[in-house]
Amino acid sequence: MNETAQHSDSIKPLLELSGISKNFPGVRALSQVSLELYPGQVTALVGENGAGKSTIVKILTGIYQPDDGRIDINQKQTRLSSPQVASQVGITAIHQETVMFDNLSVAENIFIGHAPKNMWGLIQTKKMHQDAKQLLERIGANLDPSIELKNLGIASKHLVGIARALSVNTQVVIMDEPTAALSYKEIEELYVLIERLKAEGKAILFISHKFDEIYRIADRYTVFRDGEMIGKGLLNELKEAELVKMMVGRDVTGIFPQRTGTLGETVLEVKHYSHPTEFDEISFSLRRGEILGFYGLVGAGRSELMQCLFGISESSNGALTLDNRTLHIKNPTQAIDNGIVYVPEDRGGQGVVTGLPIFENITLPSLNKLSNRGFLSLAKEFSIARSYSEKLELRAASLDQHVELLSGGNQQKVVIAKWLATQPKVIILDEPTKGIDIGSKAAVHAFMRELADDGLAVIIVSSEIPEVIGMSDRIIVMREGLMVAEYSKATVSPELIVRDAAGIAEHVA
Amino acid sequence: MNSETQSVSAASQSYPDRLQSKLRRVLVSWELLLLCVAVFIFWLNTQASPYFLDPWNLSDATFNFTEKALIAFAMALLIISGEIDLSVASIIALSSTAMGYAVSIGMGTTELLIIGPLVGLACGAFNGLLVTRFGLPSIVATIGTMSLFRGISYIILGDKAYSGYPSDFAFFGQGYVYWVITFEVVLFAVFAIIYTLLLHRTSFGRSVFAIGNNPTAALFSGIRVNRIKFILFLLTGLMAGIAAVCLTSRLGSTRPSIALGWELEIVTMVVLGGVNILGGSGSIPGVVLAAFIMGLVTFGFGLLNVPGIVMSIFIGLLLIGVIGLPRVWTKGLHFWKSIVSR
Amino acid sequence: MNNWRRLITRDVVLGVALLAVIALVSTRAADFSSVKNLASVFNDSSILIILALGQMAVILTRCIDLSMASNLALVGMTVAMLNSNFAAIPIPILVIIAIIMGAMLGLVNGLLVWQLEIPPIVVTLGTLTIFRGIIFLISDGQWINAHEMSPAFKAFPRSSILGVTVLSWSAIVAIILFAVLLTRTAAGRAFYAIGGNPNAAVYTGINVGRSRCLAFVLAGAVSGFAGYLWVARYAVAYVDIAGGFELDIVAACVIGGVSIAGGLGTVAGATLGALFLGVIKNALPVINISPFWQLAISGSAILIAVGFNAQSERRTGRIILKKAEQSS
Repeated sequence: MNETAQHSDSIKPLLELSGISKNFPGVRALSQVSLELYPGQVTALVGENGAGKSTIVKILTGIYQPDDGRIDINQKQTRLSSPQVASQVGITAIHQETVMFDNLSVAENIFIGHAPKNMWGLIQTKKMHQDAKQLLERIGANLDPSIELKNLGIASKHLVGIARALSVNTQVVIMDEPTAALSYKEIEELYVLIERLKAEGKAILFISHKFDEIYRIADRYTVFRDGEMIGKGLLNELKEAELVKMMVGRDVTGIFPQRTGTLGETVLEVKHYSHPTEFDEISFSLRRGEILGFYGLVGAGRSELMQCLFGISESSNGALTLDNRTLHIKNPTQAIDNGIVYVPEDRGGQGVVTGLPIFENITLPSLNKLSNRGFLSLAKEFSIARSYSEKLELRAASLDQHVELLSGGNQQKVVIAKWLATQPKVIILDEPTKGIDIGSKAAVHAFMRELADDGLAVIIVSSEIPEVIGMSDRIIVMREGLMVAEYSKATVSPELIVRDAAGIAEHVA
Repeated sequence: MNSETQSVSAASQSYPDRLQSKLRRVLVSWELLLLCVAVFIFWLNTQASPYFLDPWNLSDATFNFTEKALIAFAMALLIISGEIDLSVASIIALSSTAMGYAVSIGMGTTELLIIGPLVGLACGAFNGLLVTRFGLPSIVATIGTMSLFRGISYIILGDKAYSGYPSDFAFFGQGYVYWVITFEVVLFAVFAIIYTLLLHRTSFGRSVFAIGNNPTAALFSGIRVNRIKFILFLLTGLMAGIAAVCLTSRLGSTRPSIALGWELEIVTMVVLGGVNILGGSGSIPGVVLAAFIMGLVTFGFGLLNVPGIVMSIFIGLLLIGVIGLPRVWTKGLHFWKSIVSR
Repeated sequence: MNNWRRLITRDVVLGVALLAVIALVSTRAADFSSVKNLASVFNDSSILIILALGQMAVILTRCIDLSMASNLALVGMTVAMLNSNFAAIPIPILVIIAIIMGAMLGLVNGLLVWQLEIPPIVVTLGTLTIFRGIIFLISDGQWINAHEMSPAFKAFPRSSILGVTVLSWSAIVAIILFAVLLTRTAAGRAFYAIGGNPNAAVYTGINVGRSRCLAFVLAGAVSGFAGYLWVARYAVAYVDIAGGFELDIVAACVIGGVSIAGGLGTVAGATLGALFLGVIKNALPVINISPFWQLAISGSAILIAVGFNAQSERRTGRIILKKAEQSS
């Protein structure tokens, strides 16, 4: 690794992006960014959600066309005008789960688009299966090529993706958070594989949020922030703290709003809450004015728990007490009527109704209150929408603007506004600042604290350690559907919750 | 670093209700386009045939669309919510068969008026159950019940027909309320108003739009998605039952092949009225205009002795044209820009 | 255990159900299961099989073609008129004309879906009425009756090769061609990929619009071919032939386990689905049930099939708890 680093200045980049810009209606996704990928090296692309990483991946794979800038491959200017072209010039992306066909076999997934054909132009199924087997063996995967992909786990699907990348004689491999859903053992196997790809001279773009992983596997870094390229270079010349600072653009500590109000009485009490497949034996209580944080890795069951509290799914066991009344919540309508509301992680899919204007989104859960025998009053709707838009400092041209035209942060404000209009007692925010710009992020943080200080009970689910520690009065850590630890603000530290979430303590002990 | 760029100037922002004036919104609306088409066809008709403007002729013309439009209103809501019901014509057949059977065992007009809509309601409930309870995709589930409902009519009737409806039953399909105004036209107008209010002025209607745009987000906003969808299937069944009363009364007899192929005409009417077939948008005034257009075309061609089948070409072209032309326009614009910029 | 599950596919279940129906009917009418009768049932179902295969290609790509029956009728009328006016045109030429004309009509659908991005159901709802209307325009509403067709024109589907009618051979060849197309060609596998995951298909460099267009052309081509077979077999052509048949074709696919959501379906399934409808149609008179039961029975069959599909397609969600994972 050191060797490659030393010689890297003499190596010419395999792929070079320069001056790339991309605009969407109302959003500047990328502004004059550059990115170089070198053969036989792993370049880590670092940035917060919404920094423009996924946009650059889409440009590299020919899905989006940049508005400006140039792309050179092997020192030759190239236009990646379509996904076909991108794959022809040797760029392959391995995504978390999207780029796979569950209904096709492993071999077909590897060879789709370039299957071996006989003189009649027919696919040679047998040869395809043999070749697939060989490729899989080359990366140390023991999979049956004829099995349908839907029968495989995510780790195996990654292997299929990598085998596919090898099958097309790929030069550039993009790995978009490949370890997000993998176990320790599987991640180690992936590292071995990446080393093998490096040895074969592939240029690898590695996108990850996990710094330990980046330092472990990557040679170079490029940092994006708010659609701009902030810095790049060799990783062994850079301390982790500096990298974090580049990514966030400010110091991680001391920027979260502090509690000014006092804690009130207990509002919500959850005891032995269980679900057949998602989580088990969850017990906690929540007081007025308190912010309770839930930390855990992706897939720890946090969102599932919250959605169950909100009535999306039903609990199999346990009790929920709200203001000293025991409730059995069967659907979201009931949860909302009782004062529990949920700001979902998937903002576009579950939060806002794209296609409806801002004011209709804001009044959607309160329609019954706002209507007279079922008939709506537009005047009332506009006035409610206006007052909460002002309160949240929404940036919008008018109240009948469609929400899909708003930026992520402002869409989130619309979701929060719609819940505040129902005058809830408990508000659950699931990854509330995912994919929104830093300015809006600070506003959401400040507002959350304000809500708590006004007497609301707040639950925040977050995978961002600074956020969950900075915002919460108390933190519960979940792993594999179970509560594994609880800390107060005074006792918590990033190391502790990371260990609990990953279950490292068990390995060490 | 450059955190100063995040200017916090939003505090003083004001929020107008709407960005575009009411006039502008009307000018760019689909309904205005349809209205122009309707007026144009009306004008063409007056030019083509001197008999067209006769009030009695115009009154006759309404039979071409009133019954279908009754169903189209409910179907519009259903399609906006992201579902579809292809069994409506078969519901008419079953409902009409049930009324025929009722007559054959000696029941009177009052009973018929209960049985017809009730059978429609039951069929709608069955469809709704299949879709909301068993999670079947509505397009195939209602293709199934389309065969099933009409199939039951065939089992009951075979190649026979029911007739001999009571004479006062004829009013609902043939009667006049005042001068040339038929009962069916009154029914059409009343339901047009009811459905306009229901869709555009009530929280129920708003929920329908929300579901059609994003069922998951609607569910997460506390809307009872399945309950509303079930109600929509019920309404569609009910309207088919009511249309069955009108049609049976007008024809005076029931055969199992009654209203054959209407489902596609009704869907055409709804889509022509500007309802997005993928759900999420549409309006009842649009459907009313589409009903007028289809009725005018049929009737106008009829006066010119052009057979009904030929007017179907026109309807088909209209359907593809009105949806395709805006896209041709934007595509052409793009093409033009790309040439100019070169 | 796992292997067993993989062997018991939808197609096998459907095949067993079909055999059960045949066995059941045979208890009431012994010669129903005779080779001769079964061959005639197959012959009778041939056109539906051919059409169902074309429809399946379209449905696999998450589209639907409601214009197939109108396409069939328009092409049928065209070749019937050609034959009655120019009896000298040899039948093979007519068949080729039928296929090409059907494909062109399918291309109209495909281009509208691909280039103008109009939802397929709207496009084919439109062309359904347009094609029918055109038949009236070209025929002036007149029927082409048996005596106006040349003997060769009518005889071709009935003529026998190796003891099997040309009509049945057509279905067999169609089954083979579609099996090869869908399992062994890149274009066919692309249909599955598009239906299974359209976004991913774009990433892998498949041109989704063009593939869909191709599926519509295929559906059109088989409709055109079936158009000739239909008018020649029934020896009559008029505006309304095969009216409403578009939904029978969809029904055959659905019964055959083709998922309306795309990406799932096999040639064997679609064939069995069409045969199932054919068997029921032929069995009813044999066991003295009024043919008027047919519609209701096929309706119920559709509902049962869709329910079955929905059940087996239901995905099990991610399981987080270890104990739940172990017990499953």
